[in-house]
Amino acid sequence: METILEFLVAAFLVTAGIFGIVGSYGLIKLNDQMSRLHAPTKATTLGVGGVLLASMLHAAAFEKYFSYHELMITLFLFLTAPITANFIAKVHIHRQETRDTMPEAGGDDHWATHDTPEDEERRSASQTPPAED
Amino acid sequence: MKLIWRLFPHPLLTLLLTLTWLLMVNRWSLNSLVFGFMLGVIIPFVTQPFWPNRPNLRRPLKIAEYILVVLLDIVQANIIVARIVLFKPNADRRPNWITIPLELKTPEAITALAGTITMTPGTLSADVSDEGHALLVHCLDAPNPDAVRDEIKQRYERRLMEIFE
Repeated sequence: METILEFLVAAFLVTAGIFGIVGSYGLIKLNDQMSRLHAPTKATTLGVGGVLLASMLHAAAFEKYFSYHELMITLFLFLTAPITANFIAKVHIHRQETRDTMPEAGGDDHWATHDTPEDEERRSASQTPPAED
Repeated sequence: MKLIWRLFPHPLLTLLLTLTWLLMVNRWSLNSLVFGFMLGVIIPFVTQPFWPNRPNLRRPLKIAEYILVVLLDIVQANIIVARIVLFKPNADRRPNWITIPLELKTPEAITALAGTITMTPGTLSADVSDEGHALLVHCLDAPNPDAVRDEIKQRYERRLMEIFE
């Protein structure tokens, strides 16, 4: 029984390591900036997740107590990873793209990153009725 | 009843904070439950002015279902992305921008959708349109952009509509 559990912990750790390496390798291999963002945001999730699962399993199996604060790390990771990716993507749009090189913004005029103060004035002038006082 | 509502302006947040505290302490005891609950009461009460128009969350079962679907998709996403990174030559890959027209109106719901898209197979949300009616998504490999758009709308947006609106 103990050996099986040890194997399981090791398997989780090795899977995590593989995904970590793939994520980093993707950063080198993919050839355009936006695609490069995909590899680290996703592969690291399972990479870190695997280590955390291994840690929980190890605590339960060998140290005789239940450890669950690893779940918090997962939660915070899921909350922060999309935001980091979004910020990097926005920097890319801001510096490398113009309104004309971007795809159509649905029914709207342009994407929020390319918004200027003039746009905002124009919008508020056309939408809200003039103030009463 | 009104007094209770005043004291607990955000019951779900109270529950979430208590649970978070218990998980962080990492050892079950009545002490930490009481302290976590105190935090769960005080923090929503003090930060109440920060969220004037927060949406009402309905159907907790739907939320659980959504989380489960997304978790499974994340595992799948990792494997798909790893396969693309390792075995697909760059010349065969079709990276693409996709515009997703939004039916969701609540900012919180749109944020949740954007986060989900980033965490799931081969897609990454990059921007929102200036008036919030469309979401810009980048695809790692999308030979058929329309199919990706339909799947996101079908799989995630529909569920979020049920939860938030």
